[in-house]
Amino acid sequence: MSALLETRGLTAFYGDFQALFGIDVTVAQGEVIALIGSNGAGKSTFLKSVAGLLRTRAEQIVYRGEPVGGAAAASIVGKGIALVPEGRRLFASLTVEENLLLGAYCKRPGRWNLQSIYALFPALQERRHHAATALSGGQQQMVAIGRALMSNPDLLMCDELSLGLAPVIVREIYAALPAIVADGMSAIVVEQDVQLARRVSSRFYCFQEGRVSLSGLSAQVSDEAITQAYFGVVT
Amino acid sequence: MNTLINIIVQGVLLGALYGLFAMGQSLVFGVMRLTNTAHGDFIVLLVFVLFALTGFAHLPLAVALILLLGIAFGAGYAVQYAILNRVSSRDPLPSLIVTFGLSIVIQNVLQQVFSADPRSVATGSFESQSITVAPGITLGYLPLVTLAATVVLAFAMQWLFGRTPLGRAFRATSDDREIVQLMGVSYRRTYALAMGIAFVLIAVAAALYSMRTAVSPTDGPALLLYAFEAVIIGGMGSFWGTFLGGMALGIAQQAGFYFDPGWGIWLGHIVFLAVLVIRPQGLLPKTA
Repeated sequence: MSALLETRGLTAFYGDFQALFGIDVTVAQGEVIALIGSNGAGKSTFLKSVAGLLRTRAEQIVYRGEPVGGAAAASIVGKGIALVPEGRRLFASLTVEENLLLGAYCKRPGRWNLQSIYALFPALQERRHHAATALSGGQQQMVAIGRALMSNPDLLMCDELSLGLAPVIVREIYAALPAIVADGMSAIVVEQDVQLARRVSSRFYCFQEGRVSLSGLSAQVSDEAITQAYFGVVT
Repeated sequence: MNTLINIIVQGVLLGALYGLFAMGQSLVFGVMRLTNTAHGDFIVLLVFVLFALTGFAHLPLAVALILLLGIAFGAGYAVQYAILNRVSSRDPLPSLIVTFGLSIVIQNVLQQVFSADPRSVATGSFESQSITVAPGITLGYLPLVTLAATVVLAFAMQWLFGRTPLGRAFRATSDDREIVQLMGVSYRRTYALAMGIAFVLIAVAAALYSMRTAVSPTDGPALLLYAFEAVIIGGMGSFWGTFLGGMALGIAQQAGFYFDPGWGIWLGHIVFLAVLVIRPQGLLPKTA
């Protein structure tokens, strides 16, 4: 398996505040990886950097062998990297269908279109002419995922899909993930719920204070090791 | 009775011009939350571009008008991309100061180049032709053309915003300009396109205005005031709101003119203030 995305010593800043201190993450073609860690560990910052919303040095992010760090965010999605942002961030003045159509703005060809999104999330079809923000939280999250999929990405990045949702809804949304990545799409999943994150991913990285404190195969790591990496507790 | 009808009809015709002034302002505010205090001066600037094309370059009016639309789009795109994008942020103050500065620069450059004399564009005798529809009610051809242009452009803008991918991008950029980049939409380019289109609307308004009356380089702030009043009376929701706002302002001014020539502008301001007090959200506020 060749690396689709590779970050090499990725650093990121908010003004003078440094949020990431040299992150090395690799995602292979068709692989689902999970990023776990406490609040403020840098998971969302990592996704924003890859999506181009934060400035980075070009060689720190390599996608398909091409350095893309620091490229304009609007050009990243056309290369095949899509982000489902934290908190969904749907466009309030657009309907459900218009939100989805805007996701296809970059016109990348692929299997995702309105029909296949509605087949994946049937609840959206009947509400497609409603204002996107008038939907329930779970349905809004489906719109946010659908909007990202409409760009037919090769790498889908999901930032805390479970945020503010009831556990039963979270399960429903994650149940769609295998179908989404079935055709070889790669995914990076950021999740607070460690067990859920391990279940849906093949490998994980645990972030702590802007550094990777632990990484490995999701199925093999012990709970104790994760707890230690997560909280930085010395046992 | 005829007097009342005449006031309303002439008011609607005058209001069409104000609606046209205001539509560009409405577009710019709607997409980028930019309060463009140089809006009136941009209208005057394009009026003088038209003078230069017809007066100095001696182009036929029709050719000059088509050129003007192209020049306007390019100028709007460039002004936004090169200048206004640098000051576009959540804080409204920097862009207010820059557009205020642009306003002063435009007025003084125009005075330097064209002198302070008022000028108007000659259209043969078109601007003075009219049709009498009923005793005492005479409609000028030029005001009728202005009304038609305003209605067509309001339809076109509503269609552009509601039905096209570009319109979706405009609305989404207005909602959340950070996230819209994740869809591949560069908000800088979207803003520049919006300003380019606003300048095309301004160019149409400028051409019709310069045929109607003589324009001097310092007329901009007064035009800005009418545009502002029309936008606020109409509400920020839609181009039809702006259209209605222009009509309301035009009818109010026309009614004032009927009582006393000095009262027209004044009564327009009174109606504007009354709307601010009684219905600050405007006639057609945003429903969504």
